[in-house]
Amino acid sequence: MWTSIIIAVVVLLALALVFGGLLGYASERFKVEGNPLVDQIDSLLPQTQCGQCGFPGCRPYAEAIANGEAINKCPPGGETTIKALADLLDVEPQPLDAEHGAEQEKRVAVIREDECIGCTKCIQACPVDAILGAAKHMHTVIESECTGCDLCVEPCPVDCIDMVTVEPDIRTWTWTPPPSGVIATDRQGASA
Amino acid sequence: MTQLWDFSGGIHPPQNKQQSTRRPLRQAPVPELVVLPLQQHIGEPAEVIVNVGDHVLKGQKVADVTTGMGVPVHASTSGTIEAVEQRPVPHPSGMADWCVVLKPDGEDQWCSLEPVSNYKQMEREQVLQLIREAGISGMGGAGFPTDIKLRPPRDRKVETLIVNGAECEPYITADDITMREQADSVVAGLQVMAWILRPARCVIGIEDNKPEAITAMRAAVEGTQIEIAVVPTKYPSGGEKQLVEILTGLEIPSGGIPADIGVMCQNVGTAVAVSRAVFEGKPLISRIITITGEAVREPGNFEALIGTPITNLLELSGLDVDKLNRLVLGGPMMGYTLTDHSVPIAKTSNCVIAATASELPAPPPEQPCIRCGQCAEVCPMELLPQQLFWYSKSAEFEKAEHLNLFDCIECGACSYVCPSSIPLVQYYRFAKGEIRQQNAEQLKADRARERFEARQARLEREQQEKEQRRQERARAAAEAQEKKKAEAEKAAAKGEAVDERSAKSALVEQALERKKAKTARAPENAEPNNSDKVEKPDIETLEKQLMQAESKLNTMQGMLEEARAQEADNVEKLERAVAKNHDRVKRAKDTLDKAREHLSNEPTAG
Repeated sequence: MWTSIIIAVVVLLALALVFGGLLGYASERFKVEGNPLVDQIDSLLPQTQCGQCGFPGCRPYAEAIANGEAINKCPPGGETTIKALADLLDVEPQPLDAEHGAEQEKRVAVIREDECIGCTKCIQACPVDAILGAAKHMHTVIESECTGCDLCVEPCPVDCIDMVTVEPDIRTWTWTPPPSGVIATDRQGASA
Repeated sequence: MTQLWDFSGGIHPPQNKQQSTRRPLRQAPVPELVVLPLQQHIGEPAEVIVNVGDHVLKGQKVADVTTGMGVPVHASTSGTIEAVEQRPVPHPSGMADWCVVLKPDGEDQWCSLEPVSNYKQMEREQVLQLIREAGISGMGGAGFPTDIKLRPPRDRKVETLIVNGAECEPYITADDITMREQADSVVAGLQVMAWILRPARCVIGIEDNKPEAITAMRAAVEGTQIEIAVVPTKYPSGGEKQLVEILTGLEIPSGGIPADIGVMCQNVGTAVAVSRAVFEGKPLISRIITITGEAVREPGNFEALIGTPITNLLELSGLDVDKLNRLVLGGPMMGYTLTDHSVPIAKTSNCVIAATASELPAPPPEQPCIRCGQCAEVCPMELLPQQLFWYSKSAEFEKAEHLNLFDCIECGACSYVCPSSIPLVQYYRFAKGEIRQQNAEQLKADRARERFEARQARLEREQQEKEQRRQERARAAAEAQEKKKAEAEKAAAKGEAVDERSAKSALVEQALERKKAKTARAPENAEPNNSDKVEKPDIETLEKQLMQAESKLNTMQGMLEEARAQEADNVEKLERAVAKNHDRVKRAKDTLDKAREHLSNEPTAG
């Protein structure tokens, strides 16, 4: 009777030791550098680096989300980003937090070039190096690289930067979805 | 008899082709204004190479693509370039795009043409270049640049070259008339393309509802190796993938091109354009277009110049404006409604339907899907239209993509049979557009991240470098301090002062001694300053300085005048600079004078 108990205890102990050792080894051997979740979240964020979420860039916000921050603080991403984040993190999508701004049409910064005095303040503010120019020379925005983050507007001492909404042109145009058909019963429900 | 295969699905809508084939091909006259869209092909839009006011000849290049994929655009007739501006173009969006507006002079004078009589003596590359320079892009509808299509990937040998004369969509008869009227050109163009590609087999696929075209083509291929394949009428047998399957039994892999299975498909119109480019030297400036529908009295086909407004062609066919309900560009299955009737015809426009209200009625309201599965039965691509519809409607694009949404050829067979009249194709087009947009945004976001990270790294590096420099300076300062200390200690050791106080006192003494020595030397130093020896070279250098200052002043003044003349905004700055230079010159003069005075005084005094 005792021997069987001892055997069981010994066997379990041995197993525990063996697997503990294995797991310990594996956790060292296959250690993942950084948090992979942060990368996944970061890839869903729109990368405007605008800081409207209250964090200095998209990656810091991604890190914060991985540590339990709310997912509805990104106005440039809007509903689509919130939905994608909710899918990834398996949480309920929340409406956009109005405190951090509203979702807007896609915009780009445009410098009114004859008013620019060449102070380089906007160049220093641009998080993606999308403004070209040098001290005492006119600056201009590389439109294809501009994320529309607004960060260059505030530092400009002569207020010569406009945020211009990107109008869809013939090359960016896509088909619209068909108008949602209201069937007879729906119509009754709507009027009731 | 050519062996034929069948593709799954397909429908048999009413043909409605006989209306426009009853009349022979007519030449549309030169319009009052020719509008040439700069993008009539897939790829980059062409860039204008003429100026407003220039006189151009018929066939002269007015725009070209220098970087990226694309073909040039040519003047369809001789005349004056009136404007380069945004105008409505044939596009489903109804939006405007850049166009060259040409005012014809009525002469219709050709530029000098260089026809090639024996293309077989030329390099293949030369012929391909000739096709590109003629501005030829696929005339079946997509508008893919033909010279690029004729250059299949190096590892893919084209075994079968197919000329697509199936023309399966109702109403359209442009290819039918092309084959009837220009059969020899079709064959000649096909032979040029065959010479470029060296395929084992050349087939012209024609649907069996075009007996005249079949007879004409049979006569034209007499004595050649080219096969005429008569395929049974079924929509959409004229789709590239479907025709390839009918004629070869091979299926083009998902996301692939026909060249992947050794096949290439060219439209009959393209073959004619190639033949004209090679044998007549003429670029693509006209095409055959069908004008049909119940709202025109004389439906038929026109050979019209590219850039002819559609209204002109409608007038020629006797449009009854009161009857017109909807104007469709393309066929009733895949075409789109034109909002602006004045849009010009492009290289890809093959048909205009002026439909009455009863002919193409507004679609009935969409009703819920009853899961009858008819759409899946008729889908020629063997997709699952129902599932695609759910996912497209609920914006679950990833799932739709997973079900091969991008293999959909948007033929409209599913919408045609849908008993609930769901506009399925419109959902798929919407979903495709959204997915493309999302992908583009993702790409942009990735690039923004890269740039952001690169900037972050650069700022960090700069910070580090600054820190390093600061540390180096600190270290240098510390070393200097150390040295001083060591010296002091050495001095103290020399003074043989053992204890600290005596060392200190020794230091103090040393300092005092140094001071004494300095004061003793000072008068000695001061004296030679006044002496002759140093004075002479001094005057020379001073003169040189004065001269330099004067020349600088001169250049400054020159710049200032120039700036004033141009009213540049740096006048103020230059004025300041000139004043400063004035001061400098004055100072230099003063010191020179003083020195001279000194010099003249000295010898007399001495």
